[in-house]
Amino acid sequence: MSDILKTIFGRLTIESFPVHEPILLVTFAGVVLIGSAVLFALTKYKLWGYLWNEWFTSVDHKRIGIMYIILGIVMLLRGFADALMMRSQQAIAFGANQGYLPAHHYDQVFTAHGTIMIFFVAVPLVVGLINFVMPLQIGARDVAFPFLNNLSFWLTVTGALLVMMSLFIGEFSRAGWLNYVPVSNLQNSPDVGPDYYLWALQIAGVGTTLSAINMVTTIIKMRAPGMTMMKMPVFCWTALCANVLMVAIFPVLTAALACLILDRYVGTNFFTNDLGGNPMMYWNLVWIWGHPEVYVLILPAFGVYSEVTSTFTGKRLFGYSSMVYATVVITLLSWLVWLHHFFTMGSGASVNSFFGIATMVISIPTGAKIFNWLFTMYRGEIRFELPMMWVVAFMLTFVVGGMTGVLLAVPPADFVLHNSLFLVAHFHNVIIGGVVFGMFAGIDYWWPKAFGFKLDPWWGKVHFWGWVIGYWVAWTPMYVAGLLGVTRRVRHLDDTTLQPLFVIAAIGALIIAVGIAGFLIQIFVSIRDRERLRDTTGDPWNGRTLEWATSSPPPAYNFAFTPVIHDLDAWHDMKDRHYQRPVKGFRPIHMPRNTGAGVILSVLAAAFGFAMIWYMWWLAVLSFVGLVVVAIGHTFNYKRDYFIQPDEIARIEDERTRLLGPSTVPQGAPA
Amino acid sequence: MRIFPFFPRRFDLPVAIAATLLLAGCGGPVLDPAGDIARQQRNLIGISTGLMLLIIVPVMALTVLFAWKYRKGGGAKYDPKFDHSTSLELVIWSAPLLIIIALGALTWASTHLLDPFRPVSQITRGQPVARGVRPLHVQVVALDWKWLFIYPEYGIATVNELALPVNRPVRFDITSTNMMNTFHAPTMAGMVYAMPGMRSTLHAVMNRPGVFEGQSSNYSGAGFSDMRFKLLSVDDAAFGRWIAARRGSRRGALQAANFMQLALPSEKVPPMAFASVQPDLFRRVVERCVEPGRPCMSDMMAHGRRAGGGNPKAMEAGAGMPSGRDSQPLGGEKPKGALFKDNDEKGSSPNLTKPRNPGAPGATDPGNPKNRDLTLIRPLSPILPVAAATARG
Repeated sequence: MSDILKTIFGRLTIESFPVHEPILLVTFAGVVLIGSAVLFALTKYKLWGYLWNEWFTSVDHKRIGIMYIILGIVMLLRGFADALMMRSQQAIAFGANQGYLPAHHYDQVFTAHGTIMIFFVAVPLVVGLINFVMPLQIGARDVAFPFLNNLSFWLTVTGALLVMMSLFIGEFSRAGWLNYVPVSNLQNSPDVGPDYYLWALQIAGVGTTLSAINMVTTIIKMRAPGMTMMKMPVFCWTALCANVLMVAIFPVLTAALACLILDRYVGTNFFTNDLGGNPMMYWNLVWIWGHPEVYVLILPAFGVYSEVTSTFTGKRLFGYSSMVYATVVITLLSWLVWLHHFFTMGSGASVNSFFGIATMVISIPTGAKIFNWLFTMYRGEIRFELPMMWVVAFMLTFVVGGMTGVLLAVPPADFVLHNSLFLVAHFHNVIIGGVVFGMFAGIDYWWPKAFGFKLDPWWGKVHFWGWVIGYWVAWTPMYVAGLLGVTRRVRHLDDTTLQPLFVIAAIGALIIAVGIAGFLIQIFVSIRDRERLRDTTGDPWNGRTLEWATSSPPPAYNFAFTPVIHDLDAWHDMKDRHYQRPVKGFRPIHMPRNTGAGVILSVLAAAFGFAMIWYMWWLAVLSFVGLVVVAIGHTFNYKRDYFIQPDEIARIEDERTRLLGPSTVPQGAPA
Repeated sequence: MRIFPFFPRRFDLPVAIAATLLLAGCGGPVLDPAGDIARQQRNLIGISTGLMLLIIVPVMALTVLFAWKYRKGGGAKYDPKFDHSTSLELVIWSAPLLIIIALGALTWASTHLLDPFRPVSQITRGQPVARGVRPLHVQVVALDWKWLFIYPEYGIATVNELALPVNRPVRFDITSTNMMNTFHAPTMAGMVYAMPGMRSTLHAVMNRPGVFEGQSSNYSGAGFSDMRFKLLSVDDAAFGRWIAARRGSRRGALQAANFMQLALPSEKVPPMAFASVQPDLFRRVVERCVEPGRPCMSDMMAHGRRAGGGNPKAMEAGAGMPSGRDSQPLGGEKPKGALFKDNDEKGSSPNLTKPRNPGAPGATDPGNPKNRDLTLIRPLSPILPVAAATARG
C-alpha cells in the first residue's frame, strides 16, 4: 500500500503540509479565502471570458507588459514580507533571546527573499516595462515574436507559482538566493527545497531567454523607417544591451542549474565534494550569470532615468552618443568582472587584481552617465512631477552604492567586508536606489499611456517618501554594522551593543512598508478617481519620444501608419514641425491572433516541475510528453493572424480625433 | 612596508583619525583592529573611500544645486538647445578615469602586498619581521558547525578557541570537511574560504593582547549563526601556559576515530581541547582520507598519472591527465540520485518550519538553555566523552 502511495505521490506526504505550524496554516487559510473571493467575484461578474480573451491569451505587447508588472508587484509583497520577518528576527535575537525564527525557517526566509526579489520582482518589472514601452518607442506594432512573448510571460508565472507553492507544500531552499553548493548538494539538502528552486528557475529561465531573443530581434529589425540606431531613444538602447546580456548569460545559468539537477537526480559529480566534483565550479558559473544579471536590471532603469530627465527638463538628453557608448561599454565590461563576488576564494593576487581593476573601470562610464543626467538638468526647466522626484532620489542614493561597490572591488578591502552586512547594504543600495526607484519612476511615467489616466500625485508622494526615507533609515545602520564586523545571514548575535542598529533598521523597514502601502492605495485611488485624473491627449507630460504620439491607451495596432523618423526625440521633432495626424486613407493592418497555447504549455510545465520536485515520475513523464505534443501541435495551427479593416481603424482614429478636441485640424493622406 | 608606495607613510595616521572621527566612538574589530594585516586593510578602506568622495561629494552637491536652481519657476536660464559640449564630456570622462587610475594602482599594489598567501613582512608599522623568524603554524578545519584548530608544532588541538602569541607571525592552513566556510577573525586579518578537499592559506600577526571574536562569514547551514570561536591574543609566557594546559586535557588524543565523531553535525559547541593529535590528521582531512582504508587524493592522482604513463595517445581510463579531486566522501556513502531511488528510499520532505523539539520554554523563560536547541541537531554531549586517564603522545 505504501509502495503504491509512494509511486503515485512520490515523496509527498501529509507531513509536507504545515500541519504543525499555526502561522502558515493561518496564512494558507487567508490565501484560500482571498483566492476564493476573487474567483467568486470573477465568476459572478462574468469576467472569465474577458480575462481569457483580452488578457491571458493576448499576444499584445502592451497587455503582456502590464501583466508582467502586476506579477512583479504581487511578488514584491511576498518578498517584502520575508524582509520584514528577517528584520524583526534580527532586531530581537540578541543574547539569551533566540528570536522567533529557528534556523531552518530563517534560512528559508532569506533564500526566498533574494530569489523572489531578483527573479520574480526585478526581472518581471524590467521585462514588463521594456515590453510595454520599447515597441511603441521604435514605432513598431508589436514585438518580433508575439506568441513567444506570451509564452515567456506564462513560464515566468509558472516559476513564481512553484516558489509560492513551496510555502505551503514542503519547504524552500536554505542555501541562499543562488542556491550555493555544498549546502544544496543532495547529501546536505536531500529535501525538496533546492529542487523547488532549481525547477522554478529553469522554467522561468526558459521564459526569460526566449523573451530576450524576442526583444533583441525587435529592436534590431523592427524600427520605424528613418530610425537609425543612433536616432533610437536611450531607453531602447539600454533595453537592447540588457537583452543582449540576457541572451548571453541565461544559457550559463541554465547549464549550471542543469548540472546541479543532474547531481541531485542522476548522481553525477559536477559539484560534489568528492568523486571528481568541484563546488568552486558552481560558484564561477552562477556568478558568470549573476554579475551581468545585475546589469540587466540596472541598465533599463538607467534608460528610464534618461527618458524621464529629458522629458521633465524640457531638453534633449545631454551627450546622447556618450550615453550610448557608456551603455555599451558597461555591457561589455559586465562580462569581465564576475570573480569580484569571491575574491576571498584564494585565486591569488594577479587574478584578484585583474578582476578588481576591471570592476572599478565600470564606474567610469557609469559616472559619465550620472554627469550627463546632471547636465541635462543644467539650464533645463525642471518640473518635479513624481517621475522626476524618483530621478533625483536615485542620483543621491545610487552614487553612494556605487562608491561602496568600488570600495568592495579593492580585494584587500573585500577580504574584510566580503559577505558582511556592508556588502548587503551595498547591493540593496544599488538595487533599491537604482533598479527599484527606476521601476517606480517608469510606472509613474508610463501609467497614463497604459491606462489613459494619471496616478494620484498625493499618494504617490507617500509612496515616494516612504521608500526614500525608509531606505536610508533601514540601510545606513547596516553599513555601520558591516564596518563593525557583522556578517550576513545570521539569525542571532551575542553582542547586545549592536542591537540598536538592528532596531533602527527594522524601523526603516516599517517606513518602507508605509511606502508600499502608499503605492497600493495610490493605484486603488487612481482607478477610483480616474475621471479626475483623466488624460485624453495621449501626451500628458509633453513627451519627446514616439510612444506619446499614440492615444492613451494606444489602439491594438499602435500606429495606424508607421511613422517616418527624421531625428532623435522623434515625437518632439514631429511636434516642432507641426505634424498633422493623418485621419483617412487607412489600409488593413496585419495583426497576430491571440492564443491559449502559452497558458496550456505553462500549466504543463508547472505540472512537470511539481512532479520532478516530488519524485512523481509518472506525472513527470505525462506532462513532459504533453509539453512536446502541445508545442508541436501548436505549430500546425495556421490560424495565427487576422487583419484589422480600414473602417475599424477609421472608427478608432475618429474617436481619438474627437477626444483630442477641436484644436487639431485633421488633414489628408500621410506623407 | 607602505600601503601605497607613492604616498608617504604619514598617511596612516590621518586615515586612522578620519576613520575614527567619521564613526565617532565606533571602534570594533574592523575600524580598530588588533592585527597588522587588518590595520593595513582598514587604512586601505579609508584611503579608497576618501579618493572616491572626491567625486561623490561634488556630484551630490551639484545634484541638489541643479535640482533647486533649474526648477520651473525658479527664474534660472532655460536653454533647451544645450545638449552637447565636447569640453564638458572630456572632463566628465577623464575625472573618474584619473581617480580610477589612482585607485587601480593602489589596488594592484595592495592586492599583492596583502595577499593571504604571502608571508607577513612586518610585525607592525616600522617593525619588520626579524630574519630567521619562522611563523607559528596553525591548521584550521571548518567542521559542521565548529572550528578545529591544530597546532602541529605543539601537538595539541582545540575546538572553537584559538590562542596566538602577540607580535609573532602566524601561518594558517585552512580546509573544511563538508561546507564552504570562511575563516574570519576581523580584528586579525581578512577572511579566506575554507573549502573541502582544498587547502587555503592565511598569514597574519596580532599586535596587542585581548579576547576577540572569530566567525564563519559564509552561510553553511543550520548551525552557521553559532559557528564562532574565541581568539585569545596573549604574550609569550601566557601562550606557553595555555599550550601546557591544553596538553593536560583529559579528552585525550584526537585521532581518526574521534575526529569522525567530531565531524558529525553539531552546533553551539563550547570550547574543547585535545591533549595530542595524530600527526598527519590535517593532511588526511585535506585529502579526504581520514577514515582508515580510504584512498587519499594525492595517491589517486599519482595512480592516475601512472596509469596514464604520461602517454598522450593512451586510451584507457585515467590515461593522460591525473584525475583531479577523485576522493571518496568523508564518512559514509554518497546518496543516490533521485531517479535511481526505490520507493522506500524516496523519504519525505516534511514542512519543517516548526522546530521538532517540543518543550522549549520560549518566551516564558528566555534564558533557559533548552531554548538554544532550536534546530534539528542532536546535542554533542553524548559524543566525545572525556577520557578517564590519558597518555601523552
